[in-house]
Amino acid sequence: MGMGQRLALIFKSKANKVLDRAEDPRETLDYSYQKQLELLTKVRRGVADVATSRKRLEIQMQQLQASADKLQSQAQQAVGAGRDDLGREALTRRAGVNQQLADLQTQHAQLQAEEEKLTGASQRLQTKVDAFRTRKETIKATYTAAEAQTKIGEAMSGISEEMGDVGMAMQRAEDKTQQMQARAGAIDELIASGALDDASQPLGGRDDIQAELDRAGASSDVELELAKLKGELPAGQQQQALGAAQTQATEPQAQTEEQK
Amino acid sequence: MIVRILGEGQLDVPDGELAALNALDDDLQSAVESSDESTFTSSLSALLSRVREVGRPLPDDEIVPSELVLPAGDATLAEVRELLSDDGLIPG
Repeated sequence: MGMGQRLALIFKSKANKVLDRAEDPRETLDYSYQKQLELLTKVRRGVADVATSRKRLEIQMQQLQASADKLQSQAQQAVGAGRDDLGREALTRRAGVNQQLADLQTQHAQLQAEEEKLTGASQRLQTKVDAFRTRKETIKATYTAAEAQTKIGEAMSGISEEMGDVGMAMQRAEDKTQQMQARAGAIDELIASGALDDASQPLGGRDDIQAELDRAGASSDVELELAKLKGELPAGQQQQALGAAQTQATEPQAQTEEQK
Repeated sequence: MIVRILGEGQLDVPDGELAALNALDDDLQSAVESSDESTFTSSLSALLSRVREVGRPLPDDEIVPSELVLPAGDATLAEVRELLSDDGLIPG
């Protein structure tokens, strides 16, 4: 016997077990219908859960993309300021962020595929449950023991196979979602810790590359201002000012040395 | 003949295909028995393509059991083993 035939038999025997347990086969129709409605509710919740996880991934992907863009512009700024060391650091971090981003994109595609499958399964099940309800009422109305036996048997194996399939699809989607949630939690922590970059931190939070770049920018601005001021002094004072500035610049240094 | 592909739904396959599909199904079974993952993957994908090619999707409001139930295309040998085991993955 082939594998597909074996699997079909396994599904059928599950349905038969339910039928065998009941004294009156009609009871199984109502019982099964209740189970179908429960499963339908669960599947709809499952679809919503997968969608929530997918949206969470999308937010993380946006955050990581913002980080990568920021690191790229920091690298440009650093190179412009002649700070190759900072530029290299920014590019290295950007590569790490891009790696994470690529991982998330793969997961996102998987989750999206699960979501589509589960949505399809949920719609199919809805239609089948509606059809089952109609058939259930017809069978009950035209009930004669012998006739009902076959009709109920077929309806029950058919619907129980569908429920088994949907149940497995849901289990699978749940497993995937749980894996993703664990990983998503880890990435949220990484982002919060600033290990990836600080682009996602609250306003005012700054990262060390930006701090260095700002310092480099600020000190060159100060130098420019200073040179400008000196240029504005009358010619005679320029020499003195330069001397004073030098003493001032060395004095605080001397003080700190003494303090040490 | 009604065939179910798990996770996809049921298809109505012309009875004339029965022999060819059964041969592929037997290959699949022996791959499962001999734990031959690569034959398993290739037979499964051959079987599924054939079923999709010749089968017509069954209307959603039809409730009938299938004569063949096939695993999803990305199923692994281990997953199928579990399906085949008595108290496997199939919810009662």
